[in-house]
Amino acid sequence: MTPDVFLAVVSGSEALQAAINAMQLGSLFALYALGVALIFGIMRLINFAHGEFIMLGALLLLFVNGWPFGIQVILVVFAIVCVALLSERIVFRPLRSVSPVTMLVASFALSIALQSIALIIVGVRPRGAQIGTAFDGFWTVGSVGISKLSVATIAITAILLVALTAFLGRHPVGVQMRAAAVDFNMARLVGVKANTVIGMAFALSGFLAGIAAILLVAQTGTFEVDMGLNPVLFGFIATVLGGMGSLVGAALGGYILGGASTALQVGLPVELKPFRDALLFGGVLIFMVFRPEGLIKAFSERTRV
Amino acid sequence: MLVVDQLKVNYGAVNALDGVSLEVGEGEAIGAIGPNGAGKSTLLAAITGMVKPARGRIEFEGKSIVGTSPEKLVERGISLVPEGRRIFGPLSVAENLQLGATVAARSGVERPAPSVDEVLQRFPALAALRARQAGSLSGGEQQMLAIARALLSGPRLLLLDEPSLGLAPKIVDDVFTLLRDLHGEGTTILLIEQNALKTVRFADRTYVLRTGNIVMTGTRDDLSQRTDFAEEYLGV
Repeated sequence: MTPDVFLAVVSGSEALQAAINAMQLGSLFALYALGVALIFGIMRLINFAHGEFIMLGALLLLFVNGWPFGIQVILVVFAIVCVALLSERIVFRPLRSVSPVTMLVASFALSIALQSIALIIVGVRPRGAQIGTAFDGFWTVGSVGISKLSVATIAITAILLVALTAFLGRHPVGVQMRAAAVDFNMARLVGVKANTVIGMAFALSGFLAGIAAILLVAQTGTFEVDMGLNPVLFGFIATVLGGMGSLVGAALGGYILGGASTALQVGLPVELKPFRDALLFGGVLIFMVFRPEGLIKAFSERTRV
Repeated sequence: MLVVDQLKVNYGAVNALDGVSLEVGEGEAIGAIGPNGAGKSTLLAAITGMVKPARGRIEFEGKSIVGTSPEKLVERGISLVPEGRRIFGPLSVAENLQLGATVAARSGVERPAPSVDEVLQRFPALAALRARQAGSLSGGEQQMLAIARALLSGPRLLLLDEPSLGLAPKIVDDVFTLLRDLHGEGTTILLIEQNALKTVRFADRTYVLRTGNIVMTGTRDDLSQRTDFAEEYLGV
């Protein structure tokens, strides 16, 4: 559907609403994708347990229901950073010298193990999950109600993107992480500690998962044991779309995926709406056929030899 | 300073190194030459902790370093200029230099290390390129950057793996001039090369490797007097 036709069938206020929805969804996808891409860049590992990090964040919110919002945020983020670091230490570090495929399989195992733990704790039925009232309410612009949650999601993601870029660009550990993403063994040969850069990647990934958990629960208001599947799926696809190994690409892939998904949601005839994700992923598939390296080429491939 | 004794390294069923012994004394410049597949790079991989030997000893300053991690060995003073340069291409020249100083910047490492400015005095061309993306440099500039990066850890032992590979003859001469300067200032050097003539001329002693074994060793005078060496490696 061309933009002209698209604008013709929706009014101006609907278009504004759709644009905000797209940005909100894209922001969440970008958060998921960055969490996946940070680990992939350094370890060449697709951590399929990343979705479970988000799920555990939501699970924790069930137990701190009614606590002050600030404390909820700090607790969830801190706990998920710890879960990510423990996963690295217990599951991935012993396998680091083995093949990447082994680590990939281990990430599936970790994913299932974490789901099982959640299942034991709260059972299989979906639960209502709440955070404080900080994101409740709307601002009205003309005839459009813009939810505070939308604005918060978009703004928080943007701030995190800027902060992450500054960290990787300027902080010594950030520079070490970028070097390790280019050539991990060479980074060790100049004295970069493997455990430091990998630990930092997992800590940042856990941080992003914790924030994503809060924003996701604020939006859906529910907890389900398998709620991590969608985030890791969209995060992974956004990462592939963006060009594996590029963080900018991963974020961009998230926003594009969010935009395309919202456009399909708004633009598709009612009888085709159930096929939204199928059409979306089909589009990604066709894109990848023509540009298998993704939107942004990975750093290491650009290196002149 | 460095003692390698009866070192064996296997890649699966292949013996990459089959009982190699060599010694590098403090302040010496040692060469190791041999054709492709002789095990030269594997030797350096074992010394830097990147591969675990199946058997044998590696001692650095009197202590065994088998099983020590690469990052720890840099702290101890072993620094590598790897084959193919392996600079961090997407990062700037300044960031590559900063990474070279990783262990020098770490508290608890007390070995004296030169500052970036001090090292760049040897490489005036690099100083003007600090803001450039390292991957956009010419091959010769990249090689200089790789050496500068290695020097910034303040190495006690400098390892170089084929630094002349793929460079123009003029730049190869520059590399060897630089190595002579470093050696003259007391840096201990182990140089791995295919360029036999230049290596034998440069090094105090040279080891000749073939298919995982050391087949000859000697000073430049010893080796040039051996007809089998001269015929095979020096082309006379």
